[in-house]
Amino acid sequence: MSDAAYFEFLCRMGDNTLVLGHRVSEWCGVAPALEEDIALANTALDLIGQTQMWLGLAGEVEGAGRSADDLAMLRDVWDFRNALLVEQPNGDFGQTMMRQFLFDAWHVAMLDALQQSSEPRVAEIAAKAAKEAAYHVDRSGDTVIRLGDGTTESHRRMQAALDLLWPYVGELFVADDIDTAMTKTGIAPDLAALRAAFDARVEDVMAQATLTIPDDNFAHKGGKSGFRHSEHLGHMLTEMQWLQRAYPGASW
Amino acid sequence: MKPAVADVWSWLDQVPDPEIPVISVVDLGIVRDVQWNGDALEIAVTPTYSGCPATSVISMDIETALHDRGIELVRIQSRISPPWTTDWLSEKGRAKLVEYGIAPPQAAGGPKACPRCDSTDVERINQFGSTPCKAQWRCKDCLEPFDYFKCI
Repeated sequence: MSDAAYFEFLCRMGDNTLVLGHRVSEWCGVAPALEEDIALANTALDLIGQTQMWLGLAGEVEGAGRSADDLAMLRDVWDFRNALLVEQPNGDFGQTMMRQFLFDAWHVAMLDALQQSSEPRVAEIAAKAAKEAAYHVDRSGDTVIRLGDGTTESHRRMQAALDLLWPYVGELFVADDIDTAMTKTGIAPDLAALRAAFDARVEDVMAQATLTIPDDNFAHKGGKSGFRHSEHLGHMLTEMQWLQRAYPGASW
Repeated sequence: MKPAVADVWSWLDQVPDPEIPVISVVDLGIVRDVQWNGDALEIAVTPTYSGCPATSVISMDIETALHDRGIELVRIQSRISPPWTTDWLSEKGRAKLVEYGIAPPQAAGGPKACPRCDSTDVERINQFGSTPCKAQWRCKDCLEPFDYFKCI
């Protein structure tokens, strides 16, 4: 097994949860209702906690002495390996919840499969994270249904969010060389094989939400390979990494 | 002389959870192992939720409590497998939660009764609450909101 590919894979897992965790945390204090504010903050907290496990292991595998914090705060945008979906801006609350649901539906399927990983430490992290992700997908799915099958205005916004974000779903399921190497060594599942469970869940929720899944399965790519992130990630990192860049090593 | 492991467990049972101080870290089920390794006392602690900010405070509180008992070298290991489950809450801890106004976890996925008036006519407000381990519920009889320690 190539440690370089394994490191890349761990960065993909950790960067997905890091970037989405930061995005969701941007709602803290400004969500449309107190209960939603609390739920968003808790979701962000879980995701950041999972990041510490994935990037912590990535740092060990790399063997260059980088900690989870170093990887999170001191890499530049081209070194991030998250999927494009999670770096997309929050938009309105409905768009945030649509992004969350699409990610959660992939995440629970991925974490479920990763519990059978040939690497015990990957299986352990997945087992821990899966318990939290189950709560996330329950809530994001419920919210998508409630807003989609809500008022004319909430329905319109949720359909617009689905149309906007759907082209970012494909990247999660299209395997590249790193993914193929992980599947060969049994560390991670075949991504395409996760699609059926994802589709079943998403189709069920969208039907209840009275929303229409776009026909076109065009997929934007370039996030998990780092080849071409959208412009949004750089802006997010300037804010997320500012303190460590301005005051290296600051802690509390 | 090194204190016995059983004594250490009883001391740890006096270290309160920082968020829910009526129960101890032992009641919470997060202390998984205590053993001597030479002069070092090794404690295995399992985090509740991955991102729970109380985890680092708990480690600090455990160290401080043991230093106060004269143990100089304490090593705390974070153990994520098997993952923490609310099944590990002690019976004593569950009883204390109810007294404190928090409904303890139930396999059915919701509280058995309102911790204030015992009514079973309760409804969920939000799956997420004031800490990662709790959900918000409401009693439809006494109309009071309350925390439910959710199953994981």
